[in-house]
Amino acid sequence: MTLLTMMAALTIAIVVQRNLFAVVVFSSMYSFLMATALVALDAVDVAMTEASVGAGMSTVLLLGALYLTRGDEVKPLRRSLLPLLVATVIGAALVYGTLGLPAFSDPQAAIHTHVVPRYLGAALRETGVPNVVTAVLASYRGYDTLGETVVVFTAGAGVIALLRRRRRGEPHR
Amino acid sequence: MTLAGHYSYWVTMFLMISGLYIVIARGNLVKKLIGLGIFQTSVYLLYIAPGKLIGGTAPIVAASFSTYSNPLPHVLILTAIVVGVATLALGLAIVVRIREAYGSIEEDEILEKDQAGEDGR
Amino acid sequence: MIRDLVLRVIAKLLIPFVLLFALYVQFHGDFGPGGGFQAGVITAAAVIFYAIIFGLPAARRFAPDWIIESMVSAGVLIFGGVGVLGIVLGGNYLDYFVLAHDTVHGQERGIFWVEVGVAVTVSGVMLKIFYMFAGRRRDLDQA
Repeated sequence: MTLLTMMAALTIAIVVQRNLFAVVVFSSMYSFLMATALVALDAVDVAMTEASVGAGMSTVLLLGALYLTRGDEVKPLRRSLLPLLVATVIGAALVYGTLGLPAFSDPQAAIHTHVVPRYLGAALRETGVPNVVTAVLASYRGYDTLGETVVVFTAGAGVIALLRRRRRGEPHR
Repeated sequence: MTLAGHYSYWVTMFLMISGLYIVIARGNLVKKLIGLGIFQTSVYLLYIAPGKLIGGTAPIVAASFSTYSNPLPHVLILTAIVVGVATLALGLAIVVRIREAYGSIEEDEILEKDQAGEDGR
Repeated sequence: MIRDLVLRVIAKLLIPFVLLFALYVQFHGDFGPGGGFQAGVITAAAVIFYAIIFGLPAARRFAPDWIIESMVSAGVLIFGGVGVLGIVLGGNYLDYFVLAHDTVHGQERGIFWVEVGVAVTVSGVMLKIFYMFAGRRRDLDQA
């Protein structure tokens, strides 16, 4: 659980830091710590995705955007207490809500009932694929993966539409 | 309710509210997007931490293991991570266009320019 | 960056292995961690690495724009095509068990092609977005 503490400390550094390039490097470090924490939580597929997408692709995109927007420094903070108060009140309400959640690694928790024992028991027999996450992603919940692929396609099409280079002499619409 | 049993939830909530604080309290658009990303990663932790069973292993079926961690949150969060990066890419493209149109990525300067444009017209 | 000898040599050594690793993650996703998304992003990362070290025009020669743009839509079409194939062969949309002579082989075949479609789209989109960000010159006449 020291990983989680390090992530919390790094988040405080991101909040306080004003130089945008340093903030991008901090967020890349944060994604790597998150990927390591995910391996400790036995989520190996998710850790690989978070490491490649969060620490790899996000950092590249942020640095590209900083290059195009000249990477100015954030302006100094206005002394306003209201956002801090709102965040603290919401945080207190959320912590009060987590008191009712099951303790860490409780085998009797509701999350392990209903449909998951069927997936774990039947995945190898019905699909011939030992990796249960791939079997569920591609076969049992294939529609969700279709939707996600369409979302990625839409993001690509959207960025093409937004950042298409106009020919010189054409007025900005 | 013990400290060890609920520590992961408390760190998740702290990450969530600090991501929220960055979004509402900072004026720089790129920093807001990074705060949104921190908020999203805290949600990933919220889903995956309860699925872990101490003594279990990754959900890849093999003959020598009998307890597996819960695979269903892994599937949902895999989708969420990819959708998150798609949102980040579109948001950054809009920030680049705002920079070219207004000359700045600070929220108050952009609002000033908008107000001045409206009053001048 | 192309003048730095160490960077050039390391890039030439590493990039083929990164591409090979992407293929490994794609096809071994059934037996270990991996799958379409990770493989697509790792492929895009290898080409982005090449573009950073050797310059964007060199990367554009290696992976031209029209190929990347077709990859973006081809992946979604492959995924949808597997579903339509399920209808043609007698089942519902995205039914895998009708795709081969017995149920388990049909599932394996369906999962394979679906992951290929996902990897093609993800790598195309990530690479195209990088090209758009890196190829756009800063407007020097803006204040």
